[in-house]
Amino acid sequence: MIEKYDPLKGEMLQILHPDGRLEEALRPDLSDETVRDLYQKIVLIRVVDQRALALQRQGRLGTYAPVHGQEAAQIGSAFALGKGDWVFPSFRETGVIYMKGVPLKDIYLYWMGNEAGQKVPEDVYVFPISVPVGTHPLHAVGAAWAAKLQGEKICTVAYFGDGATSEGDFHEAMNLAGVFNTPTIFFCQNNHYAISVPRKRQTAAKTLAQKAIAYGFMGVQVDGNDLFAVYAATKEARERAISGKGPTMIEAVTYRFGPHTTADDPTKYRQDVELEEWKSRDPMLRLQKYLKSKSLWSEDQETKIKTEAESIVSRAIQEAEDVPAPKPEEMFEFTFAVLTPNLKEQMEDYLAFMKEKEK
Amino acid sequence: MAKRNMVEAINRGLMEEMERDPSVMVLGEDVGKEGGVFRVTDGLQLRFGPERVVDTPLAESGIVGTAFGLAVKGLRPVAEIQFEGFLPPAMDQIMSHISRIRTRSRGRFTCPLVIRSPWGGGIRAPEHHSDSPEAIFAHTPGLKVIIPSTPYDAKGLIVSAIRDPDPVLFFEPKRVYRAIREEVPDGEYTIPIGKAKVIREGKDVTVISWGAMLREVLRAAEMIDKEGIKAEVIDLRTISPLDDTTFLESVRKTGRAVIVHEAPRTCGLGAEIIARINEKALLSLAAPVERVTGFDTVVPLMKLENHYLPSPERILGGIRKVMVF
Repeated sequence: MIEKYDPLKGEMLQILHPDGRLEEALRPDLSDETVRDLYQKIVLIRVVDQRALALQRQGRLGTYAPVHGQEAAQIGSAFALGKGDWVFPSFRETGVIYMKGVPLKDIYLYWMGNEAGQKVPEDVYVFPISVPVGTHPLHAVGAAWAAKLQGEKICTVAYFGDGATSEGDFHEAMNLAGVFNTPTIFFCQNNHYAISVPRKRQTAAKTLAQKAIAYGFMGVQVDGNDLFAVYAATKEARERAISGKGPTMIEAVTYRFGPHTTADDPTKYRQDVELEEWKSRDPMLRLQKYLKSKSLWSEDQETKIKTEAESIVSRAIQEAEDVPAPKPEEMFEFTFAVLTPNLKEQMEDYLAFMKEKEK
Repeated sequence: MAKRNMVEAINRGLMEEMERDPSVMVLGEDVGKEGGVFRVTDGLQLRFGPERVVDTPLAESGIVGTAFGLAVKGLRPVAEIQFEGFLPPAMDQIMSHISRIRTRSRGRFTCPLVIRSPWGGGIRAPEHHSDSPEAIFAHTPGLKVIIPSTPYDAKGLIVSAIRDPDPVLFFEPKRVYRAIREEVPDGEYTIPIGKAKVIREGKDVTVISWGAMLREVLRAAEMIDKEGIKAEVIDLRTISPLDDTTFLESVRKTGRAVIVHEAPRTCGLGAEIIARINEKALLSLAAPVERVTGFDTVVPLMKLENHYLPSPERILGGIRKVMVF
């Protein structure tokens, strides 16, 4: 289906309209019950976000990059993936990595400043978030290439933003994926701003999706605030990937409601009127309208969902805060498989100093 | 036993490891059909096929970044960067990701990979083909850096590098590539990473070096020998982790040390070696440690190259200086 949407003609896949009306003919295999479950996940991630911001202000958590506004793009795409698919996230992917099995406790633990939060469970294939922008699509290509050589029917997904498409490594990754026909999905959340720089300053191209064409594979633009469209496009890209049809780029057109991170003030570079305009396309409210039309939503239920989300999140925060501070040894232990003599010496010197200090 | 030069020795090491372990693969620019611009990967594609010996597009960051992805997913990639002067585009991948993934994921993900690159000057090469950037990588936590100086060591060390659980940069001194032939046996042997070697024993002065400089150092040692001064020569072989035990033991014995490297002087590895001697063997010293190095300049083209690279005569000067102090 996605090949019908030509980014060069400005065609964008949209299934759920902002008013909650669904294009039934385009509906993917999502039952209303599943949609309701995914709506709950969106609510949950919104709570995760709000609590992270509050914790940051209280000094209990470091700099945080909120997801707010991009929940449908993240929940919808991650839900379309298989358990064994590998995800290479950027730093604004709380929704994705939660959906892929990273415990909320660990997500908080990481932002609270403990690397142990990035030690994902053994059966979870989510990479540590990539902070250097646009560098990690190459890793997704390499891992996909490996999976292909190993004969595994999985795909890999690189999640990144509009700003990343200006980085050189993004282009090398797209090119290599095309040349080696790797089962990779390039999932771009175009949230219109790279910190303060607007999307139109990143590229003179009309869409980001069209960049795939130059690398010899398909790119599709989808309404990123439309859970159905995001899910449908990702699912199809995944099927293409695991059946040997190579990479796909998906540009999910969305908007970041909040700041880039807690360290930033978006009023300096964005107009309120623009934000308000996008708020009318809020992915959560849109889904709510849909559920309402199916009699699957009520105020009571909403309150129940929110209360439940609050308690799940509170528990995760508590668990993260209960994790004892890491020992200084951890700084040294994971540099190499085996501690080198030099590192051992540095560690022992420091531990001796600490011991002396405690006397 | 077969006599081999360094190119053939590394080639043999790669071939035997690919035979032994099907997850080992080679990727880079011109490594397949061409067998590499120095022929280090000659014949490998014919033997193992284009899926395991892969000609990539011209994209150094891409080669290294995808090698990272291949390694974390369970393969053992050996990536070639055609010349050390083309490593800068891949620096982000090496410094931001490859060297850090074990720490960042607390050991959940690791990337055992090798990045091979011809290294150093002395072959009358064009610009960006004669650099010695080892100190930059030695300064990067999480990386191992190897520079062999002989064909025998090169084979044993490339095998160790491939089997190592951590990322390894393997620099190959171009000037040595075809300059020496020696016995390099077929079949398995390894040289441990992180172990220096005393290649000439002496009691009067310790000369520490690596890569192509060792041949110059040995010439200088022969020259000074005629004056009755016995130089002990140490080949570091591994730049990081640095085996200070071997050179400290020697310096404690001789009381004098000279460090010789092609790389620029300031913040070169020589500075680190001196720091360790000062920290651990200061009272054994009879003279300040001397450095004979390249200059803090861009490596010049061939007309000036011999002025830049430490020569036996300059090394001799360094040795004399510490002897007469």
